[in-house]
Amino acid sequence: MTLTRNRGRGPLRALLRGTWREWRSAELRVLAAALVVAVAAVAAVGFFTDRVDRGMAQQATALLGGDLAVVSDNPLPAGWPAEAAEYGLETARTASLPSVVFSTDDESRLAALRAVESSWPLKGEARIRPGRDADEQTRDLGPEPGTAWLEPALLDALRIETGDRVEVGDLDLEVTGVITHEPDRGSNLLDIAPRLMLAFDDLEASGLIGPGSRVRYEFFAAGPSAGVEGFRGWLEDELESGQRLLGLEDANPELRTAIERAERFLGLASLMAVLLAGAAIAVAAHHFAQRRADPAAVMRALGASGRQVLLTYFGRVVLVALVASGIGLAIGFAAQFVLAALLGDWLAGDLPPPGWRPVIAGIGVGMITAVGFALPALLRIGQVSPLRVLRRDLGLPPTSVWLSGALALLAFGGLLYWQAADPGLAAWVLLGTALAIALLSVLGMALVLALRPLRNRGGMALRFGLANLSRRGGLSAVQLVAFSVGILALLLLAIVRVDLLEAWDASIPEDAPNQFFINIQPGQEQAFADRVEAAGLERPQLDPMIRGRLIEINDDRVRPEDFDDDRDRRLVDREFNLSYAETPPEHNRIVDGHWFDAQGQDPDTGWSVEAGLMERFDLEIGDYLTFRVGGQAIRSPITSVREVNWDSFQVNFFVIGPPGLLDEQPRTFITAMHVPDDQRSAQNQWLREFPAVSAIDVSAILAQVRDVMDQATRAVEYVFLFTLIAGLTVLYAAVQATRDVRRREAALLRTLGARREHIRNGLLAEFGALGLLAGLLAAVIATAVGALLAWQVFEFDYSVNPLTFVYGIGGGTLGIALAGWLGTRRVLDQAPLAVLRGPE
Amino acid sequence: MDASSSFVLEARDLEQRINGPSGPLDILRGISLAVQAGETVAILGASGSGKSTLLGLLAGLDAPSAGEVRLLGQTISELNEDGRAALRAGRVGFVFQSFQLLPALTAMENTLLPLELNPAHAGRDQETLSLWAEQALERVGLSERAAHYPHQLSGGEQQRVAIARAIVDHPAVLFADEPTGNLDGKTGHRIIELLFGLARHPDRDGPATALVLVTHDPEIAGQCDRIISIQDGVLA
Repeated sequence: MTLTRNRGRGPLRALLRGTWREWRSAELRVLAAALVVAVAAVAAVGFFTDRVDRGMAQQATALLGGDLAVVSDNPLPAGWPAEAAEYGLETARTASLPSVVFSTDDESRLAALRAVESSWPLKGEARIRPGRDADEQTRDLGPEPGTAWLEPALLDALRIETGDRVEVGDLDLEVTGVITHEPDRGSNLLDIAPRLMLAFDDLEASGLIGPGSRVRYEFFAAGPSAGVEGFRGWLEDELESGQRLLGLEDANPELRTAIERAERFLGLASLMAVLLAGAAIAVAAHHFAQRRADPAAVMRALGASGRQVLLTYFGRVVLVALVASGIGLAIGFAAQFVLAALLGDWLAGDLPPPGWRPVIAGIGVGMITAVGFALPALLRIGQVSPLRVLRRDLGLPPTSVWLSGALALLAFGGLLYWQAADPGLAAWVLLGTALAIALLSVLGMALVLALRPLRNRGGMALRFGLANLSRRGGLSAVQLVAFSVGILALLLLAIVRVDLLEAWDASIPEDAPNQFFINIQPGQEQAFADRVEAAGLERPQLDPMIRGRLIEINDDRVRPEDFDDDRDRRLVDREFNLSYAETPPEHNRIVDGHWFDAQGQDPDTGWSVEAGLMERFDLEIGDYLTFRVGGQAIRSPITSVREVNWDSFQVNFFVIGPPGLLDEQPRTFITAMHVPDDQRSAQNQWLREFPAVSAIDVSAILAQVRDVMDQATRAVEYVFLFTLIAGLTVLYAAVQATRDVRRREAALLRTLGARREHIRNGLLAEFGALGLLAGLLAAVIATAVGALLAWQVFEFDYSVNPLTFVYGIGGGTLGIALAGWLGTRRVLDQAPLAVLRGPE
Repeated sequence: MDASSSFVLEARDLEQRINGPSGPLDILRGISLAVQAGETVAILGASGSGKSTLLGLLAGLDAPSAGEVRLLGQTISELNEDGRAALRAGRVGFVFQSFQLLPALTAMENTLLPLELNPAHAGRDQETLSLWAEQALERVGLSERAAHYPHQLSGGEQQRVAIARAIVDHPAVLFADEPTGNLDGKTGHRIIELLFGLARHPDRDGPATALVLVTHDPEIAGQCDRIISIQDGVLA
């Protein structure tokens, strides 16, 4: 046949001819469709994340402000720039601190000052407008001495324009620019005071630098990479305690971590589509092999070896898989624009175009999926007996369930490992997926069996439909699992997510604080509380806040480098916000030990520590903690552990001491309160009387968090759309695999007198029941997941939403019935005689 | 020919033509015949003579290229596919060479099918229909196997289920297409006996069933009241 006829010609030509001929068969088209969906899902995410990664790499130096940076709370050695110059590097120094800024009309506002050397910024560009409505200009130098650039919010607060003057400490500066972009400004939510930028040389004359002032000094260096590495080596030996060296990996670590997590999650979500597509491929390959039994037997009878036969068909499948992967890549490339539109504003600026990595990855995913899920079925073609030409009852050997399972597991596990880039995570996801599939399969089979008694209840159509479902039990279970996963994904995102958000909203009391006021100066507490009361609001409780660095646990020095976890390291590298109180905060609960006033305890010693921090640093009651506060070391034992509800929107502290221990230390006050919307503008008025005080609008932060969540879930929903399409390809594969049998059955029923509606109703009953079961299963699991999340993660009560069941079951039944009907309706269009007399 | 004629099946000038790779090909030409109620007729012919095609046209399973078929007084070419199916429902039975049982249904469920498809039984309770199906299976000697699926039955047993299904609703015409073709000689012989016995002696009141049997076996054909021979698409 094909083999013998093409012997002596180019094998490639033979392969192309054979594949072209095979292309007319529905099984290969199903296989191709499934691969297109799988590769499109992975490629859409791949192209998008590649663009984001490239964008991040480009922005990292700008975000960091140089190729390396050192930050410290103390002035950095003056000799560093000269040393850096030896290595051929450029340098810039900056210093940041909060300070009150006054206008000539005596308007005042707390601003985040930043004094920059003229060489700043080393990387990226600053963008300013010379006037509020003027065009944006880019600058690669900082402000001139005697001048200042302000962010628009500060201009607004001070009611000034460019050309006006402002007073900062002892300085009198002319406003020459409105800052629209500061390349190395991080995204710290608490760093919200508006920026005032001035020349580094002006800072000393300002009189703002003194003992106790909260200055953050930064030193930047940039240049050829060899120089950067050499200088980094020199610096590492020079660094003292409190000086931290930052590399590109430290540029905006929160954003980087968030984006990496999002990328990983999207990548894993896209693999769910691959898994379902794999199921469709396995079904299609099985059907493909079965339909090739006759020609394969003839080829073998004419002298082809099993290996030749196998390679012939395997080559065709691989060629189709390559073409399908290419189409999937093209669709994925188009689809990533939607993801970029949904999530692109996580990064400032335009995303650069993607590189070649996702193309290679997409083709790789396509080939691994095709081979991993199709090979076991294809192997059988090579094993067909040549005797089949005489005895048609000699079928193909059965597919080894173990081989299929092992190969599929290997393929999917490999893809998971590649996407998760973490063997532990990949193993957990693989285990979770395997367990979920096993559970769904068992439930699916049980549901299919549970339908049996119904067969005797309804009419012919229902019996026929349900009989088909239970006869094809295995295939029905595969379809059931596929649809359940698809519907589950949509239910979780469309309904459970909204429910959880609403339940979370409802769990926050109406009068929960929505404004934090920080930096209330000592001596102003009474005046501030009086003013709030006069404004018609409840008198606030002001909590003292003292900044202290944790320097010792028992007798061991605390050094950031001793901690493996990045978060731990950052926690001890920063200053803690400490407080003191006579009574435990109302919204905290003592879970271990006793509050300071307990009998038999020295009232002036003891720390009350938050339970999470105890766990994080492996602390116990009685351990000694030493904090450095304003140059003084304060050592005391832990006497109680508090459980803090961080979602309460109240002021909370990790560590609280008794008043006797801390009330002599430099401190400011903080409070949280509920300011009704209609009093916001009034708030701005009275807040002007306390220029040092900053208000943090929690509702704005919440809205921002919700925005990010919304964007993220919409992106995930979009990726899960591929999962649903992959689920439909499983239906398509199953319908194609049963097409011949269905045609024969329909013809027979017509012969016996069945009208179209009888057969149509039978098909609708079959697919409707399948959709109903899948929807039911998905709704039950979605509800269970919602309840589990509410209970374990968010810690509030979750009530079952009947809509989950309405949409799950209703959508599943209608959707699958319609899709199944569309896929099979052509069985009605053929004359019964042609079908009944055709080959079985 | 009018509706009151005693013929249950009449064909006039039937032609069937298909488009082959080398142009149109006539499979049947100028076929006219008539079958009376209760009559047994064999259509005898060699392989490829067109006899199965003729049976399909007579039963309304396909439309002829030319000519006319009247089945139970209705002109088939005037009906669409659904109309032809409705005409067959409950009044025409079939036995095929390859049994053609629905694999998802038990022997009992397969036998019930024609009863459920017949609109005349729409108001009847399921118990009555089940009872009739049981009786039909009993008549072919398979009441013990009612709950078995086709793949659990031997070839002979499957053909007996097919016969039970064909006679359960006491059809006016029973078409049989090489009913022993897939069976060994002994089993085939029994099946033919069963088929003729059941067609000639219905269990419920009413006229006997007309049997139109397609075969290439002159011995089987000889058991019929009449033999119609066909050769190369024309009646011999």
